[in-house]
Amino acid sequence: MVTTTPQVLTVDNLGIDYKVGLEWKQAVRDVSFSIAQGESLGLVGESGCGKTTVAMAIMHYLPRNGRVGEGSIRLGGREIENLSASELRQMRVNQVSMVYQDPGKSLNPSIRIGRQVADVFELMGFPKGEWDDRVVDILRKVKIADPESVVRRYPHQLSGGMLQRVVIAMAIASEPELLVLDEPTTGLDATVEAEVLDLVSSLRAETGTSVLFISHSLAVIRRMCDRVGVLYGGRLLAEGPAESIFTDPRHPYTVGLLRSLPTGEVSRKEAQLDTIPGTLPPLGAQIQGCIYAARCPIAEDVCRDEEPDLIPLPGNRASRCYFPDRAPNLPRVVAPDPPPRQRSDATLLEISDTSKTFVQEGRPVFALSDIDLSIRVGETVALVGESGSGKSTLAKVILGIHVPDDGAVIEIGGEVLHDSLHSRSGDEIRSVQMVFQNPDSALNRRHSVRRIIGRAVQRLRGLGRKGVQEHTRDLLTDVRMGHEHLGAKPSHLSGGLKQRVAIARAFAGSPALVVLDEPTSALDVSVQAAIINLLSELQAEEDVAYLFISHDLNVVRYLADRVAVMYLGRLMEVGTAQRIFGGPHHPYSEALLSAAPDREEGTRIRLEGEIPAATDPPPGCPFQTRCHRKIGEICETVEPPLTEAEPGYSIRCHIPIDELAALQQVVPQE
Amino acid sequence: MTRFVLRRIGLALITLFLLSILVFIGTQLLPGDVGRRVLGPFATPEAVDALNERLGTDRALVVQYVDWIGNAVQGDLGDSISASRPVTELLGRALRNSAKLAVVSFVIVVPLGVLGGILAALRRGKLTDRLITVGGLSATVIPEFVSGIVLIIIFAVWLDWFPGTAAAPPGSGFITQLHHLILPAIPLVLVLFGYIARITRAGVIDALDSDYVRTATLKGLPRTTIIRREVLRNALLPTIAVVASQIGYLIGGLVVVEVLFNYQGIGRLLFDAAQKADFPLLAGGVLVVGAAFQVTMLLADISYSLLNPRIRVGGKT
Repeated sequence: MVTTTPQVLTVDNLGIDYKVGLEWKQAVRDVSFSIAQGESLGLVGESGCGKTTVAMAIMHYLPRNGRVGEGSIRLGGREIENLSASELRQMRVNQVSMVYQDPGKSLNPSIRIGRQVADVFELMGFPKGEWDDRVVDILRKVKIADPESVVRRYPHQLSGGMLQRVVIAMAIASEPELLVLDEPTTGLDATVEAEVLDLVSSLRAETGTSVLFISHSLAVIRRMCDRVGVLYGGRLLAEGPAESIFTDPRHPYTVGLLRSLPTGEVSRKEAQLDTIPGTLPPLGAQIQGCIYAARCPIAEDVCRDEEPDLIPLPGNRASRCYFPDRAPNLPRVVAPDPPPRQRSDATLLEISDTSKTFVQEGRPVFALSDIDLSIRVGETVALVGESGSGKSTLAKVILGIHVPDDGAVIEIGGEVLHDSLHSRSGDEIRSVQMVFQNPDSALNRRHSVRRIIGRAVQRLRGLGRKGVQEHTRDLLTDVRMGHEHLGAKPSHLSGGLKQRVAIARAFAGSPALVVLDEPTSALDVSVQAAIINLLSELQAEEDVAYLFISHDLNVVRYLADRVAVMYLGRLMEVGTAQRIFGGPHHPYSEALLSAAPDREEGTRIRLEGEIPAATDPPPGCPFQTRCHRKIGEICETVEPPLTEAEPGYSIRCHIPIDELAALQQVVPQE
Repeated sequence: MTRFVLRRIGLALITLFLLSILVFIGTQLLPGDVGRRVLGPFATPEAVDALNERLGTDRALVVQYVDWIGNAVQGDLGDSISASRPVTELLGRALRNSAKLAVVSFVIVVPLGVLGGILAALRRGKLTDRLITVGGLSATVIPEFVSGIVLIIIFAVWLDWFPGTAAAPPGSGFITQLHHLILPAIPLVLVLFGYIARITRAGVIDALDSDYVRTATLKGLPRTTIIRREVLRNALLPTIAVVASQIGYLIGGLVVVEVLFNYQGIGRLLFDAAQKADFPLLAGGVLVVGAAFQVTMLLADISYSLLNPRIRVGGKT
């Protein structure tokens, strides 16, 4: 590659090993890339592909059992392996900074924010008298409101979005040549993610810093990066300009990844999602030939015999594939589409007048206010909203984990459901089940799959030993798992398989309703597709209804029949998925939808401030403090009721629906 | 914070109340006829009745308990049967002695244990670490009477560096007293060192592996600053609680060492009281040791929360 701009970072033939037991196993092999001044490179891949390992090697902060086995990393022309301890420290002070996943853990819990930011200025050698002013300035630069008071706080007193701004402030304070961002928005709400990404973009435009951006999210990488490298099993499989990698992929893996993402254009009624069969190769596996051949639908003998090089292609890109031209026409790997469902319109679950107030330090926390919602037999209703909007509380009330306030009525199949789990009958418990976000913590790691599912069968069905065994096997078959897994413990299963076990457990008693709390958000894209397919197949077979909680609007759009948008414990908008996504929208939903990273730049609606505390909800409309379409005093004084504006569509807003429709034709300008 | 402290004090009082009932049952009820136990099988029934009347042990149990606890709250634990002196006076002296021994042991073991733990954590997996963790653990399992006897034989009998008894002659100065107390303190140090070192090591390793230490390192902070400010502050929090919980043991649990070194501490006093069937002394002593435990635990909890901003400052504002 001939270039005139100097390279800030050059990684050449990098190999990184981890010591497992007594053996060094290669986790990353033959990775080469470079980042020019002002350029942003994204590394994308599923968990275990080595992207964070590469970033940590660049920072010279590999874990104790990791080492750079071969190759070189040059930052600003200097080989970082050769730096002395003090040179390395100087490099970290001046040349390279990092922003991490989980900002809550990245800051010291017992040191005030101001002091932690001031470190950077101290290290840069500014006189002590200037620190305070510089700290406030830099916090203002990352758009933290009221920085003078933030500096005196401790990390646990700030929200995740604020903390990530603080970490970004520390990272950019020294105006580094290279900024490394490792999953900086994973775990943040979509609206907060959008703000953080906007902030990084604008800071980059301002300072011209080079960026290495690491993410599992194709949409985020696409939005943030000029160039992209796709990692798989520690190898760089494809590299090139972001636009062409995503619109015209030339590696079967990239194609597979992109296809397994729900795009929001199709719903499950039309087609199943594509999946990538097979699993990641284990760490350090000795694989002859292409590392992806085992899962590649177009692999031929040559692929299995010899590993291809990263072959340059026209358009300043490269692909580690013998057949880059065949990749775009990859045969589809899908399960057969489910038979069309005959859905009855009978109501399964009817929630009315349901509120939940917690008491915290003597003050009431209004977690849910007057929820009225129904779910029909075999229907999928999605709950969406930022964290703190009450989605999980509502799910827990339905499950009987939280007891709602007096006056609430929850009926299932026409019968009133007892409000607390302890007073529910076996039938009631069987009819409502749950799948959690993180199968690791939801499954007992000491029990075998047989025992985990068997116990649920026994409790929910009251079968004898033989019946339990038989039914356990059937369930495993239902979730498309082989019986060889019966004896396995959860730790021996991949994330996708663990989630299948959790689903089998929830289905043990043939439930009428399953509450799914972010069931795929801890999973990789290709695994997520398989789980979503499984869920829709099971629904078609068993006529079960889902209450689906998710922050991924594309998944919601794919899976849901109806959508309920929540804010501060209230339903703001309820309607069919088509209606909610098609618009006109409630102003809050409008903002949520615009926060998705795959939305075009410039169309984003920036929500002001943060979701108000549920201890102290604002008067009038709960959303008025952040609403970009506020019409005036009425919003501040009168709470609009949830009214049925169209048949099957309800909205809580003072603005009439046709006015909203007119307003939303135009793109709001900043 | 105030609420937390008040609640904690309330809990401590309830615990003490329950303890007092147990102590009462153990010392007044289970022995059966107190007068008979004190005077032995050959005393005349008249003498036994007379003693029971004098001690008040012929009254209804509830009356005895209320009377006893009522006086105890006002600082009167009755008279010792064997020494015929107020229990509080005997306890006071013994408590003072025990506290001296506890302080000496503490001053030696806390810095040693904490430093050992830090060192082990910083040299994780290396020889120093192995020596400290394995050595500390081995020392913990040596009973005090074994290490005590070995120490007496080596340092008191053979080398004659330290006196073999812990009690300094009456009226001795600080140095002499200290000289007498060092040898008996060592078995206690051996027991506690491994414990404190391990807790410290675990806390330091947790902090070293934390994301905020990664942030600090990648900011470019010098290693010494990181260890001092980022690691120790967070790592020592659990250590403080553990160390404080050992103070109770050091005050009330030293029967073996005090007997071995012929030292008039509270452990020795309770031991003698039990042997001589001196029930008022035994009851008062156990109650006082229980109170000492509660006070130290309370102080541990308060110091822990003072150092932890998540408890001190509260939630989001």
